[in-house]
Amino acid sequence: MTIDLDSVLELHPQVAVRPEPFGALAYHYGNRRLIFLKHPDVVRVVQRLAEHSDVAATLGACGITPDRHDSFLAALASLQKSEIVRERIVTC
Amino acid sequence: MKRGLDAPICLTWELTYACNLQCVHCLSSSGQRDERELSTLEAKRVLDELRDLQVFYINIGGGEPMVRRDFFELLEYSVGNGIGVKFSTNGAFIDAEKARRLAAMDYLDIQISLDGVDAATNDAVRGVGSYDTARRAMDNLAAANFGPFKISVVVTRHNVSQLDRFKALADSYGAQLRITRLRPSGRGADTWHELHPTNGQQRQIYDWLMEHGENVLTGDSFFHLNAFGESLPGLNMCGAGRVVCLIDPVGDVYACPFVIHDEFKAGNVRDEGGFSRVWKQSDLFRSLREPQSAGACASCGSYDACQGGCMAAKFFTGIPLDGPDPECVGGDGEHALSVVQPGSAPKPAMDHTKPVTLTRKNTLVAR
Repeated sequence: MTIDLDSVLELHPQVAVRPEPFGALAYHYGNRRLIFLKHPDVVRVVQRLAEHSDVAATLGACGITPDRHDSFLAALASLQKSEIVRERIVTC
Repeated sequence: MKRGLDAPICLTWELTYACNLQCVHCLSSSGQRDERELSTLEAKRVLDELRDLQVFYINIGGGEPMVRRDFFELLEYSVGNGIGVKFSTNGAFIDAEKARRLAAMDYLDIQISLDGVDAATNDAVRGVGSYDTARRAMDNLAAANFGPFKISVVVTRHNVSQLDRFKALADSYGAQLRITRLRPSGRGADTWHELHPTNGQQRQIYDWLMEHGENVLTGDSFFHLNAFGESLPGLNMCGAGRVVCLIDPVGDVYACPFVIHDEFKAGNVRDEGGFSRVWKQSDLFRSLREPQSAGACASCGSYDACQGGCMAAKFFTGIPLDGPDPECVGGDGEHALSVVQPGSAPKPAMDHTKPVTLTRKNTLVAR
């Protein structure tokens, strides 16, 4: 799945995020991957994905300006590959 | 990362100095139990602290950690608190029943140590019968459907040529291969000079890792080889006191598992403030998080690639900490070793080697 502004994502439930001076560490207890989130904005976005209807809404709520959207979509795509974030199944 | 993390990401905890084996390169000179060992209750208090610090997982070792009677109790307590466990074992205590018990647990990784693909190579380092013991443990884990356990190899002069066969052995079990660097630590201080890979073999290790690195774990321990060219996967830095530390069986906290020596002791988990205070405030760890001098290596074009190598390897071979790694692939290590005055290298701080014969050195340890 490619990530775009309409994607509906969430932090993987098996992932723990620990704040660090440079941003945060994310650890996936299932696949044992440790990922460095090297910017505080990325940390905020990742943690708030589930609170909003889609990626666009999350980026808006976190104050990420449109000129930075592409880099955030790329970051989320890479985090999805490591299973740090995943597609959220929306139930009605 | 060089400025340190709020909590370690790679914390090794040697649960006991007791061991049924006496490997000649044992980084902690293990053998006999130390009567000052942390009690079950004390160990649980440390785990509480690690949970509060959000330590994701710990690496448990020894000695042989399964020797402890409360081994499973501590394992379950740790995992129950959200701290995953990776533990290293020689496999002697993984019978069919224990294998099933281990296979039923989540967030658990097991590393079986093996230093040769045949009994002759392995047992020369790890002791008679240890090859069969390790293979039996692997068979038991496989039969219990544990899943992908790890086979952990310390690379020596005698097993470099076996890397392909180690990989094939791991593949045959559906296991993952982990290879790490031999350090002159613990009893390894006495055997390193005969066991460490030759310069030609180091190139072989580098080339092999470049080819297979994605599927082989290394604990990022071969970063000194990055001076050969393109960097190997992983954190290219010494993590001591910054992202890594060791808690030893008596609660002493060292900068890394390979530097059990007063000079690298930051405190004890029994001290006021516990582990957190040691990690966050000890003078030693704070100084390790300051920018380090490149020293003798400052003018070398490869310094960015190798970062001057391994602190422990320098320390226990008597090379200054701002000097080259004894296995510097540019050859500077050989020169640095040649000017070390014989007998001047620091001795490991503790020795828990079992007294085997009356003439054996270093067995009369102050207790």
